[in-house]
This record gives sequence, C-alpha cells and structure tokens, in this order.
Amino acid sequence: MTPTAEDLAARTRALLAAHPPATTSRPDFLAARFDAGLAWVHYPEGLGGLGAPRSLQAVVDAELEAAGAPDNDPRRIGIGLGMAAPTILAYGTEEQKRRFLRPLWLGEEVWCQLFSEPGAGSDLAALGTRAVLDDTTGEWVVDGQKVWTSSAHTARWAILIARTDPTLPKHRGITYFLCDMHAPGVEVRPLRQITGEAEFNEVFLTGVRIPDAHRLGAVGQGWAVARTTLMNERVSIGGMRIPREGGMIGPVAAVWRERPQLRTHALHQRLLGLWVEAEVARLTGERLRQQLVAGQPGPEGSGMKLTFARLNQEISGLEVELLGEEGLLYGDWTLRRPETVDFTGRDAGYRYLRAKGNSIEGGTSEILLNIVAERVLGLPAEPRDDKDIAWKDLAR
Amino acid sequence: MTASRASLDLLYSDTEEELRFAVRALLADHCAPATVLARAESGRPHDPALWRTLASGIGAAGLLVPEKLGGAGASHREAAVVLEELGRAVAPVPYLTGCVLATEILLGCDTPEAADLLRALAAGQQVCVPALPLTQAPGAPLPQPLRDTGGGALTGTATSVADATAADVLLVLADTGLYAVPAAGARLTGAVPLDLTRPLATVTLDGTPGTRLADPATARAAVAGALLSGAGLLASEQLGLAEWCLTETVAHVRGRHQFNRPIGSFQALKHRLARLWLDVASARAAARAAADALATASPDAPLTVAVAQAYCSGVAVRAAEECVQLHGGIGMTWEHPAHLYLKRAKSDSLALGTTGHHLGLVADFAELPAPA
Repeated sequence: MTPTAEDLAARTRALLAAHPPATTSRPDFLAARFDAGLAWVHYPEGLGGLGAPRSLQAVVDAELEAAGAPDNDPRRIGIGLGMAAPTILAYGTEEQKRRFLRPLWLGEEVWCQLFSEPGAGSDLAALGTRAVLDDTTGEWVVDGQKVWTSSAHTARWAILIARTDPTLPKHRGITYFLCDMHAPGVEVRPLRQITGEAEFNEVFLTGVRIPDAHRLGAVGQGWAVARTTLMNERVSIGGMRIPREGGMIGPVAAVWRERPQLRTHALHQRLLGLWVEAEVARLTGERLRQQLVAGQPGPEGSGMKLTFARLNQEISGLEVELLGEEGLLYGDWTLRRPETVDFTGRDAGYRYLRAKGNSIEGGTSEILLNIVAERVLGLPAEPRDDKDIAWKDLAR
Repeated sequence: MTASRASLDLLYSDTEEELRFAVRALLADHCAPATVLARAESGRPHDPALWRTLASGIGAAGLLVPEKLGGAGASHREAAVVLEELGRAVAPVPYLTGCVLATEILLGCDTPEAADLLRALAAGQQVCVPALPLTQAPGAPLPQPLRDTGGGALTGTATSVADATAADVLLVLADTGLYAVPAAGARLTGAVPLDLTRPLATVTLDGTPGTRLADPATARAAVAGALLSGAGLLASEQLGLAEWCLTETVAHVRGRHQFNRPIGSFQALKHRLARLWLDVASARAAARAAADALATASPDAPLTVAVAQAYCSGVAVRAAEECVQLHGGIGMTWEHPAHLYLKRAKSDSLALGTTGHHLGLVADFAELPAPA
C-alpha cells in the first residue's frame, strides 16, 4: 500500500517526537529522517523514501518546517539532489544506490557534474574526454578536460560522461561514471568569470582510474543515462510563487522611488516597459505553478528560462544606467569562490555581469528556442549530418 | 504599491472550456475567414443571424448581467473566454461594445429604465452600444458631453463610435446625465475603418429625444468602471487574435517548401516563432489575471488591467505582423485572411487606450512616478 498524506503526516510527527529538533543535532536528525523514509518520499523504502507520490513530499516538508526542523542545505548540494541522485536511482545497481544515496542526501558527500568540455558545450554529445578499460586491472583510465563545474572544489564525487568508443557515432560511444574527486589525477582549478568571482572550475583528468563498479549503466549507454540527468536539471524551474517585484526589478524600482534626482523621461519609459514585462513573467510563472498543482503541466516551463534570462539582462543593464556616476563603479574584483550561486546579491554592476550567464548556463537561449520550436510548436529539425558519422571523423 | 492577491486564479474552469467549445463551434460554422471578408466587402460586416445564435442561443450576451435581470449571472472570466474566441475568428459582432462596455455602463446605473435595457440586452433582443470613441481609455478625460437642450432633447456629435450601425440603442453621455437614444433617431455617418470587421460611425444628434438613465456623477462613474472592464477584457480578444496568427503561421511554415525543405526547419524562422509562442503564453497569463481581477472586484484590478493592456496590445500586433511576414507574398494578398487580423490588431492597439497610456497608469498604480 502506498502511504497517504495522513500516513506521512503521522510518520513525520512520530519522527519529530522521537528526535525533537531542539535537542537533536543536525546530522542526527537528518540521519533519522532519512532512515524513516521521509527524506524524499517518492524514493523506495530503505533509500530514504516510502514509494509515495512525489507530490506528497509537501506534506512532510510542511510538518518539518512548522516544527523548525533543520534541512540538508539543498542549495549547497543541489547537483547531488537534483541531478546525481535521480540518475543513480534510475540506472544504479543495488550496491551503488546503497553506497551513494544516503551520504548524498545527508550532505556528507557533495557532488559535482563533469559534463561540459571546452569543445562540447551546446553539442554535449561531441565530448572528447576518453575512458579506456585497463584489461589487467578492470579499471577505466580517464583523460580529458571538463569545464564550468560548480562545486568541484568542495565535491567528493562527480557524475562524469566520457567517450569509450570513438569509432561509433557520437551519441553511441559514451559511458557514464561516478568519479571520486579525491582520486589521483583529478585537478581542480578555479575558472574566473567576468564578475571577478570563480563560481565554477575547470577540472583536468589525467590518468584517473575508476573501478568498473563505479560505471553507471551499460558501456555505450552513457547518452541515455545523461539525458535522465539533464531532464531532472529542468524539473526544479518554475515551482515557486514569487511576490510582485520579487525578481531583479525590485532593486531598480526601489532606487527609482528613493532617488528622484536620478529620474529621466527616457529611463522612465524603459523602466515601465520592463516593470510590465517582469510582472507578466511573474504571472506566467504563477500560471505554470497553478497548472502543475492542478496536475496539468503546460509547456510554458520550457520558455520561462528564456524570459527570465532576457529580462534579468535588460533590467540589470537599466539599473547600471539609472545609477549615473555610481554606475561607473564596481563592488570589488576579488577572486572569490562562493559555495552557492547568487544571481541577485551584491551591487548593480555585479548583477549586470552575472546576468550575462543566464542566457548561456543550463542551455543557451538559442538552443532553448530550438527546443520550444521543435517540441512545443512541432517545427521540423534542421537537417543535420553528424548523427551517423564516427565521432573520430567529426570536424573539430 | 498594492499587494498582489495570492488567490488569483489564472486557469480555465471546466465550465469556461465548455463555453469556449460552444462559441468556437458556432464561429467555425458561421464565421469562416472567407465569410468575414465577403461581409466586409459588402459594406455590412455584421451578421445578424450569427449574432442571434451567439447572444441568445448560447446566451453569451447576458454573461455579465445578473440572473434577476434575465442574464447568466456569470463573470468577466466567462466573457473573457468568449472574447478570446471572437478574437480568434475576428468575428464582426458587437460583443465588446454591447455586452461588455454598454452592459457595464447600464449596471452602474440604478434606474428601472437601465434595468429594462439590461433585460433586453441579456436576451439578445436589442443591441446597445456607448456613443463614445473606441479610443476612449480608462483614466483619460472623457470627451465633451453632448448638450441637453431641454427635457432630454440632445444635440451634438460623437466620433469613432464602434458598432453604432449594428445598434438599436445608443448610450449618450450628455451634460445632464446618461441617456438611452434610439439609434433610428440619430444620424449615423459611416467612416472607412482600418479594421474592416469593426465598423465606425459618427453619431450626430440634433434635438433628438433620449431617456435619462443616470445623473452626471453616476454616469461618469459608470462609464469609468465600464472602460476598466472593457480594457481588461480587450486583452482576451487580443490573446485569441494572437493565437490564431501563431497557429496559422506555424501550420504554414510546416507545409511550405523552399530550398527543398519546409521553411519551418530554418532556425531563423523557428526562433521567431518560438519567441512569439513565449509572448502569447505570457499574454495568456496577463489576460487571465485581468479577467480574474475584474471578476473578483479585486482592489488590484486597475493595475492588473493596465499591465494586461500594456502587454497584450503589442503581442497581438506583433503576432499579426509576423503572420503577414512569414506567409511571404501570400500574406500580402487581399484573399488571405492575415490582413483582417493585422487590421483588427492595429486598431485594437488604439482601442481603450494605447500601450503608452496604460504604461502611464502603471506608473501611477505601481508608484513609479515620472521625473518632476
């Protein structure tokens, strides 16, 4: 029998009674929650869940929040929770699931993602990092370079895709691995971005040895496994209710109201246009949320990232101009390595620069427009000639 | 700044979808683009038979009228769905003018004469439109009222009155209040409208007798409320219009071959249509928000309506312009219906306030004042 909302509420109250948050340490509470199957209720029993419908997680979360229970700091371990875990659940062996999911959810082991490469961005399947099986030890030997890796410097584990057969067409010669970030040959270097910070890293892999037991899915099945990861990346978008002026428009509107001396007619027209667009984007997100709650998810989700990327860029650009002389300044250019991403923090100049990444990260706006055109509008794909050519023969 | 209500319902209910289905089926049978064009060319765009079925058969005329006056006692949410479908078909019917604007004005007048008119209007027995310019916007000064030369004999002119030629009764704002004037007693001079599907006329009264419905203050308040509803629901008409343009254009680029491939496989066109789809999806949220805010008489309604109008006018025009461009030479012909949509969209962008006017209202309501 799958548990009902009442069952879950009762179980959560029992957990809270046995492990009162006020007198229980954070790690102990999280471990007890995982073992009670209340970590992610849609996961199977014994792996932090109860095989319940995913939507019922909200019941557990509401009880825990009301009781002031600690959480597992999901922002710090977002890649593990959002990408590694669902993929391990879908493709992992029993042993892999038991080994990895518990420390992942508890936050004891941080995960990162070794997918993008300098030569494989939008065309991820063209990746060139090689994994070669060493017949004498049964280990894979990995060589290559990955890029735009957030959390690589704090991560213990990585999800990694590498080429195991360059003679096959690009989608067919890829295999998916779980890589120990502490293994010899893994070198993490900060990748400084235009904001001055290094949220991301480059990861150089030189003769890194991965036991075959850490392969996820079959040899050559890596692209299908990676699609599971990438589909889960987008699930989290569009789930939250945002208040009016809740996004980038908030700080600009506040400056406009507080500092009348900065106002000009030209800026006023632009501000009003963007204010309306931001409000409509908020309503569109709210409509999407209502559709999800009603169990009728619409295709609007695939478009929201496009809208927010454009608006964030235009609004932050307007804010720098509005500030006049102050817009000439920048907070500071110190190379920092933040553990979590902050799109709206710091000053206008930072927001302007960071927003440039919004139309590149997680799928460029150009690629997302193709996806909308093909999957939502049913327009034909561009003719392409790269699907049946051996990877080694592709132009690069 | 007013807080946004958490309970805004932006979806369509099952009842609303049923209503949409009925209206769409009727329009598919009686309002095909070729029929609309043929009627427009004849100089008599209105289709009385279509109107009777829509107004009394489906009961769309009385959606905003309370049940005690013979209406459906529904709300702006349902009227918005009807307008989406009318926009999708560029239907030449006096719905926005009669069943939204005139109806809302009459609902703001607390007199037996107004109630009688509402009954006739809800039953589809009479068409009643306001003698105001189609460009009259909420929050803008009203035109000079007509003159009451004594005992409700009215004199003066009203310009750019939409659907006057389809009306039995005109609602006239005079210096002594609001009057119902039989259209037969007025002189109507038809103009040549940009939008072939919404006829315009100059209404001239010369000592024409009218029935008084409200005093000047009540009349002005009723008109202001009606203009707010009209502007908010026009967003739904613009949404339906934009959707037709998008759907039609997507179908065209999938089927049209040049360079040995469907032109819809070219990335330049795919990106344009994907952006347009995003705009239409956003317009739906804005239009739904306005309809819901009006239906619940939310204190947030004036801002939500201004946002919807500031946004949806542009989307409708862009959709119609893209429809013409992406149809290529075909889109430029008189035969293809794209021009009917372009003309309606452009005309709608002036109706009930331009984008610029509504941005000004947003500045007021959201407390983002202009430079001193």
